[in-house]
Amino acid sequence: MSVSASPTRGAAYLHRHPRLRLAGVLGAPLVWLGVLYVGSLAALLMASLWVQDSFTSQIFRTWTLANFRHLASEPLYRTVLLRTIGMAVLVTLVDLTLALPIAFFMAKVARPRTARILVVACLMPLWASYLVKAYAWRLLVIDHGVLASTLGVTPGFGITAAVLTLSYLWLPYMILPIYSGLDRLPDSLLEASEDCGARPWRTFRSVVWPNIVPSVIAGSIFTFSLTLGDYITIKIVGGASQMLGSLVYDQQSLNLPLAAAIATFSVLVMAIYLLLVRRTGALEQL
Amino acid sequence: MTLTRSGRVLLAIAVGLVLVVIYVPLAVVAVSSFNADQTFGWPPTDLTLHWWRVAASNQGARDAIVTSVEVGLMATAVALLLGTLASFALVRHRFFGSGSLSLLIVLPIALPGVVTGLALNSAFTTMLGVGLSIWTVAVAHATFCIVVVFNNVSARLRQIGGNVEEASMDLGASRWTTFRLVTLPQLRLVLLAGGLLAFALSFDEIVVTTFTAGNGVQTLPIWIFTNLFRPNQTPVINVLGTVLILVSFLPIYLSQKLVGTSGGRL
Repeated sequence: MSVSASPTRGAAYLHRHPRLRLAGVLGAPLVWLGVLYVGSLAALLMASLWVQDSFTSQIFRTWTLANFRHLASEPLYRTVLLRTIGMAVLVTLVDLTLALPIAFFMAKVARPRTARILVVACLMPLWASYLVKAYAWRLLVIDHGVLASTLGVTPGFGITAAVLTLSYLWLPYMILPIYSGLDRLPDSLLEASEDCGARPWRTFRSVVWPNIVPSVIAGSIFTFSLTLGDYITIKIVGGASQMLGSLVYDQQSLNLPLAAAIATFSVLVMAIYLLLVRRTGALEQL
Repeated sequence: MTLTRSGRVLLAIAVGLVLVVIYVPLAVVAVSSFNADQTFGWPPTDLTLHWWRVAASNQGARDAIVTSVEVGLMATAVALLLGTLASFALVRHRFFGSGSLSLLIVLPIALPGVVTGLALNSAFTTMLGVGLSIWTVAVAHATFCIVVVFNNVSARLRQIGGNVEEASMDLGASRWTTFRLVTLPQLRLVLLAGGLLAFALSFDEIVVTTFTAGNGVQTLPIWIFTNLFRPNQTPVINVLGTVLILVSFLPIYLSQKLVGTSGGRL
């Protein structure tokens, strides 16, 4: 009896103390994400404030903003960082233009069965290998490639090809939130707008769009963040062009503090963006 | 919504065009894998299965696939454990800072890939002093795989509620027995779906991988990336690319089958 009593008493104790149960389930994830991951991010931030001697490559653990000043003053870095943000905006706009009609069609026009098939059709490529998709675009834009031999024109390797490829890669991340936003929008609202005499375009502008802004922003968080963090695409289809991600990758073995500063810059951009859009309720859509 | 006839047609055309844009690049890789010519050309002049045989006997690619599977299995195991625990913590308990924890779970995929990669790289090498190896890749992958397990499991936990568990405990079952006989069977499918998606995510990842892989640790994406710019490897890359496309469709298809349209979330 005494053998079985102790686990029961333990269980009863556990039952009366939900905090202890919480600690049991929360402990491991919290250590992994809160200590290991956040600790790494903190280390990255710290490293961005160190400097590296340009001759000896020795890292001095002193606190300085020299790396960030360097990023702002050196024309090469300034150009690449601003260009990357510009590309992220472009990619977001391209994806929005492509995603709106298909999401609208799936949520409001197509029959449920067709809509389900279309959702899967849009989801599938999301999971198809990212690397292979970027490689596919290399085959499209290369000299004598698919675009050149079928359409007669190709942007060639460079920024344009990178924007097209990145838009292609992140398109499903824009379609899905907009689709679920539209799906939640009651059909009766659209009918009411019609009954009041609004034409389709007016209904879209005054009823549909204001309601899906949070979903659009949720999608743009993905397109923005993924573009800032990418260095593979620019290497595959960008020719010699650089982006923020490729700078980080090239600098990590040469000058870790500088690489850390560039990475921190991208986090700052994302943080500012998230703060700006927080009030729209977009973060709850993620 | 009632659209005019022309509006409906225009919309359908737009949808068709988007679908063409989505699938043509994938089809190009697949068709090129049968191109008889070693150098890439479009359209292919002649078709052959030769490169599929060449790719199948490529030792580097085979080793890379094994490495990717190993990393994927380790990362998936950790993600299943931590993601499930985190779901229980957030769905079944209210506590201070729960909002921050859910943000923390999304953070590894919400932050730019180079940030997560470089952060973990510098933590491993400069702070913890462990050399980069296959283990560091698995740890890094597990970190961003937690979210897919978490999303699947917590959606299901919310759906099933706590009533049945309480009934089980009222009838005298211990907490562990209740978990084993009541909760777990209801979670089995979402765990399978979440695990499949986590594995797919890990199998395909390259940005964080390049920052955390030790010398000589080559996952399949890294192997492809390093061989991408060698013209004589193009046919093998085309074959592997086609295989990767087909393989990656499998988890999403299965997870959709398993948990229906509501599950299989990213």
